[in-house]
Amino acid sequence: MRGVWTLFKKEILRFWKVSFQTVAAPVITALLYLLIFSHVLEKHVEVYPGISYTAFLIPGLMMMSLLQNSFANSSSSLIQAKVMGNIVFLLLTPLAYWEIFLAFLAAAILRGVVVGFAVWLVALFYVDLPLAHPWLILAFAVLGGALLGALGIIAGIWAEKFDQMAAFQNFIIMPLSFLSGVFYSIHSLPPVWQKLSHLNPFFYMIDGFRYGFFGSGDMDPAISLTVVGISFLLLSWLTLHLLKCGYKLRG
Amino acid sequence: MTPAIQIEQIHKSFGPLSALNNINLSIEQGEFFALLGPNGAGKSTLINLLAGLLRPTSGRLAVMGHDVVEDYRNARRCLGVVPQELVFDPFFTVREMLRFQSGYFGLGPENDPWIDEVIDNLGLTDKAHTNMRRLSGGMKRRALIAQALAHRPPVLVLDEPTAGVDVELRQLLWQFIQRLNREGMTIILTTHYLEEAETLCSRVAMLKQGEVVALDSTENLLKRVPGKKLRLKLGSASLPQSLSHLLRSQDADTFTLALNEAAEIEMVLAELRATNIRVEELQLIEPDLEDVFMEIVRA
Repeated sequence: MRGVWTLFKKEILRFWKVSFQTVAAPVITALLYLLIFSHVLEKHVEVYPGISYTAFLIPGLMMMSLLQNSFANSSSSLIQAKVMGNIVFLLLTPLAYWEIFLAFLAAAILRGVVVGFAVWLVALFYVDLPLAHPWLILAFAVLGGALLGALGIIAGIWAEKFDQMAAFQNFIIMPLSFLSGVFYSIHSLPPVWQKLSHLNPFFYMIDGFRYGFFGSGDMDPAISLTVVGISFLLLSWLTLHLLKCGYKLRG
Repeated sequence: MTPAIQIEQIHKSFGPLSALNNINLSIEQGEFFALLGPNGAGKSTLINLLAGLLRPTSGRLAVMGHDVVEDYRNARRCLGVVPQELVFDPFFTVREMLRFQSGYFGLGPENDPWIDEVIDNLGLTDKAHTNMRRLSGGMKRRALIAQALAHRPPVLVLDEPTAGVDVELRQLLWQFIQRLNREGMTIILTTHYLEEAETLCSRVAMLKQGEVVALDSTENLLKRVPGKKLRLKLGSASLPQSLSHLLRSQDADTFTLALNEAAEIEMVLAELRATNIRVEELQLIEPDLEDVFMEIVRA
């Protein structure tokens, strides 16, 4: 297992060496969302009874940051290695396709969780958040990070240039995460948009994660966990398949 | 003894384009082997197939007896590849990168003395803690070679390692590689500097349009080109008509003639004397690998 461990360690060091960009920047972004939205909406919106809008917003921002950073970790590592050409040093090793998958996935989860945790630490200055179901929080954090980590590997394998990666990020990841109920409860939406939101796996990740804090949400957390779990398994299968057949990596 | 490299009936096509056509090649352990050919002959494709970066359309390749597809883990453990392009990971220092590379192969701190030895022998000691991004082109090339050697493979493939490299580094590099070869490492080299192949390699394969067109010891290949070349600098810009059939090339008053045997010099000099042309300089040149290469590639 030393090979997998080494790759995992390298992937962690890679983001840690530029932690201003990979950890501090997303925390600042989340904090800005928090300041602006809570300033504008705090007095006008109460999503769940007895829970302030600021408190409602924080878990959503934590999860959104976690998901985006898990995706960014595996996808940017792969696209950079492909564009720079140093991906050969990985492909020349005896590491099996599933070992590469495991190392990239674990590093993606870790980066996402570190960023999510940092957002929580900063948010503690504003609101004291309850922790109704800590295990649910952890389960959704890890599963969400894994799902986006796997999606990042797929994007990294598929994209051949930074432009394509930016398209993946801006046309898929951003809309799915912004339209997932980070800033609102989907019950406030017109029925059509509510139905559409149910097709968005990001919605289940955010809602389940938030349920872990407040003990209430738009969906039963068991359903959310099942949807997220099945989505993760499907994406993992696809990622493993691409890595195994060497799609766009080995000719 | 198991051959270091065994290539059997390898075909590789990219769509309708056939890049390699029925390649059969066996390289013994401890050989210093050259793979030569013009651009696009298929050298890099063959190396990429050995390294598992490409998959063969048909045929079989093995490194130290391990099939590169079926038993890829052991095959890759036995192989170090220095890629042609100057590729590097911009996040890490030379030593970090070498430790990672050795870790991918399952090696831990027990391999550190070897990494230090490689760093030292490639003149990278001063740069061990420098980020890869900050290295000069020559230093990056050394780091690439170190990276291929990090897991101490018994077979090393160098894909044009001296392209754009200064004389000092070239000598340092070859001294180190020759030492590794003496210690038993099999070396496979592709290069455009045929002099290097001639001095270093005991055996040569020449590729042309995806096929092996020559495979022999360097010595035997050199014997393929009969005769010698005579280079003359004359006190005249033209050669007597009687010698024109021997002329191979001309650069102002310098003429290169092809002779079948050394004894023909006398005849050439006699003809020049008869036409009152003064010989200012005279040089008899043995055929080199470049002549063999040109003859085979032109054929």
